[in-house]
Amino acid sequence: MNHIALKMLMGDTGKYIGIVMGLTFASLIMTQQPAIFLGIMSRTYSFIADVGLPDIWVMDSKVQFVDDIKPLQDTELYRVRGISGVEWAMPMYKGLLKARLTDGTFQTCNVVGLDDATLIGGPPMMLEGKLDDLRRSDSVIVDIDGARDKLGKPSPIPGGKAIPLKIGDNLELNDRRAIVVGIAKVTRTFQSQPVIYTTYSRAKSYAPKERKLLSFVLVKAKKGQDLAELTRSIREKTGLAAYTQTEFITLTYEYFMHNTGIPINFGISVLLGFIVGAAIAGQTFYNFTLENLRQFGVLKAMGTSNWTLLRMILLQAVLVGSIGYGLGVGLTALFGFAMRHTILAFKFPWQLLLFSGAGVSLICIFAAIISILKVIRLEPAIVFKG
Amino acid sequence: MTNIAVRCQNVVKVYDTGGQKVTALNHINLEIAEGKLMMLVGPSGCGKTTLISVIAGILDQDEGICELFGENLLTMRSKDKLNFRAKNIGFVFQAFNLLPSLNAAENVSVPLIINGMKRIEAERKAITLLEQVGLGERWQSLPSQLSGGQQQRVAIARALVHNPRLIVCDEPTSALDHETGRNVMELLKAVAMQKDRTLVIVTHDTRIFDFADRIAEMDDGHIVKVKESNSKATNP
Repeated sequence: MNHIALKMLMGDTGKYIGIVMGLTFASLIMTQQPAIFLGIMSRTYSFIADVGLPDIWVMDSKVQFVDDIKPLQDTELYRVRGISGVEWAMPMYKGLLKARLTDGTFQTCNVVGLDDATLIGGPPMMLEGKLDDLRRSDSVIVDIDGARDKLGKPSPIPGGKAIPLKIGDNLELNDRRAIVVGIAKVTRTFQSQPVIYTTYSRAKSYAPKERKLLSFVLVKAKKGQDLAELTRSIREKTGLAAYTQTEFITLTYEYFMHNTGIPINFGISVLLGFIVGAAIAGQTFYNFTLENLRQFGVLKAMGTSNWTLLRMILLQAVLVGSIGYGLGVGLTALFGFAMRHTILAFKFPWQLLLFSGAGVSLICIFAAIISILKVIRLEPAIVFKG
Repeated sequence: MTNIAVRCQNVVKVYDTGGQKVTALNHINLEIAEGKLMMLVGPSGCGKTTLISVIAGILDQDEGICELFGENLLTMRSKDKLNFRAKNIGFVFQAFNLLPSLNAAENVSVPLIINGMKRIEAERKAITLLEQVGLGERWQSLPSQLSGGQQQRVAIARALVHNPRLIVCDEPTSALDHETGRNVMELLKAVAMQKDRTLVIVTHDTRIFDFADRIAEMDDGHIVKVKESNSKATNP
């Protein structure tokens, strides 16, 4: 009977494509919008993830997320270094500064100051130049997206595309010269501002004069050191906050989840997408069953059991569900691939595949159940009605 | 001695249509002998279709007994009833009711597949039967590619393919022109009638009455008259 079920499903190509397209749309909308949401949310902690080497981040105890900078005194660095279990501890400056471009305009940039000696905390990938070039005077490294776009030089053609900043070009940070010595690839941040790397001491000279300028202390634990124990020890001995990289990511992520409108806005969008997708796909599949009710009645009159009809409908639902799901997530992946070099945030983890798979399954099961109920209640005597 | 294929005793069927009770079958008594062709005739709404639905076991009566080959379908377990129907009854419908996405051979093979036969074997047998009804060349055609008469031939082949003991036909000629209708009836009589097979045909079509062995006239849920074909009326 499986053969008959499949023939019934695919016999009318138009209807078959309609059902599959409905489920494709449902699957697409259930993956694409959450993928953008996850992409945006991952940008909130992308800076932490990019700084891969340290085990522990130490900061002011009132810091709520990575961009919530509450500077420390430089002496805190030495206090942290003195704690047992710390292999090394390095300073990091992170702050928003205005860069003056060649055409005189200003652009707010995320300036990151790295330890002068070790340059720990540098960009994850250098595209041009070397990290060591930061040791040269007035040197900075600029991220590729910033260099191409917001820090780019104005086009000689009015309305034309900006000319990307390249090695050797100059900027001004707080009236001080900054020479581009490298172009780096970094993960886009939530605010999508250009990222400029320099040394810690130079960053302090770019920053407005303040008593405290140390943003973070980056800590590497000794081999075999329990990280939970070390963070507790740092907290107790310094009164500062200390988080492992994962904990700091979670802290930042949670802050944006609870204190911004992003989750609710996207949540509504995803929920509406799910409902619309479910309604379209469920309605199409249910209509398909209704239109075939007479055929099911014929099979029932001829002695087909409800169990067999149930199996036939489930087979049809599973098939259209699988094809629709595959096409939907395929289109989402294609969308993400096509947008990979744009500003659009997009993250498509395997958990999202499971989520949308569960969503499409739910739609198919629901549509199949209401169809099955209709068929089970069907009087086979319907076949004698003209 | 003639065996009785269908025996209905005091069969009552009442439909509840939005709070209003409509008695479709009002104490029907009827016997149909094996190997005979019985026609149920009468005006629209007189209960003909309800009666064949009850006889075929696809509708339960409210009162009375309806036995098919000595079996009371009403008291059967639903699984046994399905199996009984799948093995013993063939259907020919007014609107043909072929599955539109299956070709002729696949349509004819459906009752065999329901009875557990493998698809390939069932389709082979279906093609043989299509040859008997003159459609051997058209076994791959979809219903939409066949004329009304050809579709009814496919439906007849489907009703016969599993060699059932009872064939119920609901207005088998009403969707066909006169000549095609007579051809279909001739075919039905030629390939379906056997001494151990019974045909019950519901029809309005007076032009095919001469094919019947007996004709039961119904009106308002009653059988008002049963007559032997070309003979005078008798009691039901």
